[in-house]
Amino acid sequence: MHVVFSLLAGLIFGLGLLVSGMADPAKVLGFLDLAGRWDPSLALVMAGAIAVGLVGFALARGRSRSLLGLPMTLPTARHIDRRLIGGNLLFGIGWGIAGFCPGPGLVALGMGEGKAAVFVAAMLAGMLVFELFERRTSRSLKVA
Amino acid sequence: MTLDWNAFTPWSALAGGLLIGLAAALFVLLNGRIAGISGVLGGLLRPSRGDVAWRAAFVLGLVAAPAVYLLFAAWPRLTVNAGWAELVLAGLLVGVGTRYGAGCTSGHGVCGLSRLSPRSLVATGVFMAAGFVTVFVIRHLLGL
Repeated sequence: MHVVFSLLAGLIFGLGLLVSGMADPAKVLGFLDLAGRWDPSLALVMAGAIAVGLVGFALARGRSRSLLGLPMTLPTARHIDRRLIGGNLLFGIGWGIAGFCPGPGLVALGMGEGKAAVFVAAMLAGMLVFELFERRTSRSLKVA
Repeated sequence: MTLDWNAFTPWSALAGGLLIGLAAALFVLLNGRIAGISGVLGGLLRPSRGDVAWRAAFVLGLVAAPAVYLLFAAWPRLTVNAGWAELVLAGLLVGVGTRYGAGCTSGHGVCGLSRLSPRSLVATGVFMAAGFVTVFVIRHLLGL
């Protein structure tokens, strides 16, 4: 059952991206272009999302189980380190180059946009690189 | 900076944002998880038992959203100006960066901020800044 709700969540999220115009890289880059003709729309998208999100997460706080009875698996990390900052620097740069991030990339893929397919393929490759590096590092740590 | 009044779409931005927030709220309340797309995808690259179906379903929801959208309206405009090389570079950076950075615009920006996470606040600040600077460099320094 939770799989169906997962599908639903992805669907609603995708619809939100389409309605808000965030599936369009040109619109996203318009927000990131502060020195040019600036389109503030993305800020309103975030505001709308967080307004509802605040309620949802407030209701979720303190729960050990979800409404479907699943364990709450929320991130517990609290440290701010080089990985966090470095990773988000790289992500932001990539985002600024093409105007795509993971969600919009997948939605655009669903629209049959070939360029989105290239982005998504490269993104998956990048994620795979991360996985391989992480596994090797943890293995060498274990040996040591 | 000049405001691009032609491009600015406050109402659809807000409406789409509310939908995104709804998706995130439903996902945390029903599935007990963060609707962080880089994390959902990344986990598919090291699949473990019982962990694949909900991830695949969420991704499917995103990819299928445009098809569902067509039931209500024609697709919004989608303009990808990036060339193949930029898309590959962007994809790699987003793929590696979101994994090291532990999130993206949905994970940190929407969910993290909705949870009032200081870690996500820093992460969001970093990728936003990186995005702004990158577009500035590309459009206004390099003139590309």
